[in-house]
Amino acid sequence: MRPEMTAAPVETGPKSSSERSALARARLLRGLLPALSLVLVLLAIAWLNPRAISYFGFSLMLNLAIPIALATIAQMFVIAGNELDLSIGTFVGFVGCVTATWLKDAPLVGVAILLGSIGVYALLGALIHLRNLPSIVVTLGMSFVWQGLAILILPKPGGKAPDWLLSLMAFKPPFVPFPIIAALLIAAVVHFGLMRTSYGVILRGSGGNAAALSRAGWSLLKTKVVLFALTGLFGVLSGMALIGITTSGDANIGNGYTLLSIAGVILGGGEFVGGRVSPIGAVIGALTLALSASPLLTFMHIPPDWQVAANGAILIIVLAARVLISRRER
Amino acid sequence: MKKILVLSALAAMLASGAALADTSDKKIAFSNNYAGNSWRQAMLNSYAIVTKKAVADGVVAAADIFTTADKEVPTQAAQVQNLILQGYDAIVINAASPDALNGAVKQACDAGIVVVSFDGIVTEPCAYRVVVDFKDMGRQEVEQMAKFHPEGGNLLEIRGLAGTSIDDAIHAGILEGVAAHPEFKIVGSVTGDWDQTTAQKAVATILPSLPEIVGVVDQGGDGYGAAQAFAAAGKPRPTIIMGNRQDELQWWKEQKDKDGYQTWSASIAPGVSSLAFWVAQQVLDGRTDVPHDLLVPYLAFTQDTFEAELPNIPKGGVASHEYTQEDAIAAIKANIK
Repeated sequence: MRPEMTAAPVETGPKSSSERSALARARLLRGLLPALSLVLVLLAIAWLNPRAISYFGFSLMLNLAIPIALATIAQMFVIAGNELDLSIGTFVGFVGCVTATWLKDAPLVGVAILLGSIGVYALLGALIHLRNLPSIVVTLGMSFVWQGLAILILPKPGGKAPDWLLSLMAFKPPFVPFPIIAALLIAAVVHFGLMRTSYGVILRGSGGNAAALSRAGWSLLKTKVVLFALTGLFGVLSGMALIGITTSGDANIGNGYTLLSIAGVILGGGEFVGGRVSPIGAVIGALTLALSASPLLTFMHIPPDWQVAANGAILIIVLAARVLISRRER
Repeated sequence: MKKILVLSALAAMLASGAALADTSDKKIAFSNNYAGNSWRQAMLNSYAIVTKKAVADGVVAAADIFTTADKEVPTQAAQVQNLILQGYDAIVINAASPDALNGAVKQACDAGIVVVSFDGIVTEPCAYRVVVDFKDMGRQEVEQMAKFHPEGGNLLEIRGLAGTSIDDAIHAGILEGVAAHPEFKIVGSVTGDWDQTTAQKAVATILPSLPEIVGVVDQGGDGYGAAQAFAAAGKPRPTIIMGNRQDELQWWKEQKDKDGYQTWSASIAPGVSSLAFWVAQQVLDGRTDVPHDLLVPYLAFTQDTFEAELPNIPKGGVASHEYTQEDAIAAIKANIK
């Protein structure tokens, strides 16, 4: 069992000290890259529109980044187990519809449905592990299931978020805008759970070296179920946060989150395989994506015909920078 | 004394009827969630034509267009929030969802920004809604039909995209029209999804089971398809209401040239975006009597007017109309009860 391989910043091995320090530098750079790109995007925004850099500005620009950050964390858990979840977007939409209807009108039923949906996620993890199915196929199928259920619950846009959720998302703490506090809290909690606890190491190890882990006597079924259940849990949180901000539901509300969440994990320093993920990086990645896609674009005054293409170009540039730097490690 | 001076200056300004200078430092943004079809392209085009002139004339300081990269609600909500931060005085919006943008729209209102929605309207009470009177359009279709066929007869109805408010309103109007003209009877109803191909297939399927049809009442974008289906089945050509699309008007012209075929055409003009712009400008101008729900007329063409419009419509496009400030003032006046 070598989970420390994925956890420790510096790998021990028969390498010369200069090689090792170069590797360490590259790793450090990789760790800093998400933060660096976030600072870069913030600087660009400050330059284009100074008034955005204020309490009010950050509250507005970042509040929609919170559901994205939660969806990214959700995606990060499956990626930690070398899987992908293509249904997280429609799942967020489904949760949103439940939140805007059942959770307000019949809170107990709503809570039961949401807990049940987390259970469905756990079962999916078990199914994928036991039948050795590709997660992409299973979750792609599930994405249509969640979408269908969402449309059943809310055939046309509407519903209303529960009042407690509305007031939570509109909370205005002194000095520091709520989205920043929320982002710090999410990053800290998940970082502690996944990077600092011993079971977190096992969870990441299931993606790093599953064979070694199972030989050491750990249940891979259990790790997969736990990872998928955590994805479901954070998907639920994401959907609820989103509805708390938009105040009302729409069956298609989360569809864009699938790709955003994957991009956020990768931008945040994660890898598709090997259990190499970073919760702090993922949150920063989500914030960077949220900021670079919309506010930066709006403030740049690009002609409307080019706006759609520019949005894509920004994403490619940000992700390409990440790939370039991680390549230097090898 | 000073007060009187100011007042008389104001009165002089109003009397001169010049482009009101009060909004010359105001910035209006247009938040659009989709640009991927001909109707939306025409909508953006009309808006650009009208606002470019308004900016050049100094009526407003800026009128910028922002289109989101995807059709998603959160993207547009984020866009609206960014427009708030940009310091715009008004936001004209074609919204991705009637309800799910209410949070962002409320934030805009709270920041003192005027929000005017059209086509894809928002239900947040603080926003303005420019709504086309689709119900009246449906009713008018039957009225027109009564002119062409005073003796009455059987009608075929083609519905639009199921579950949308537009389909609902036009259908309700048609039913009202038929109730007022009992000489007509709807003997069949199909779903055409505002699309020529879908409409053609649907009409072709139901035609063999129908008695003789004197007229087709529809929702636009489906008239040409219906005509093709009747021709293919070898059935006599009924009076088909058109929906301002280029292919529909072209077909109408061909038939008219052949044997004087008569019908009527109506649809929502994509240029309603420019009307929403002027409504925003009027509210910024300090008008407090603007109703939050504005019902505006649809764009209709008759036997005498459609041929003049036909050359202006791009192939595959739809007829549009750029609204003026006077149109907006007239529309507001018509809606004040």
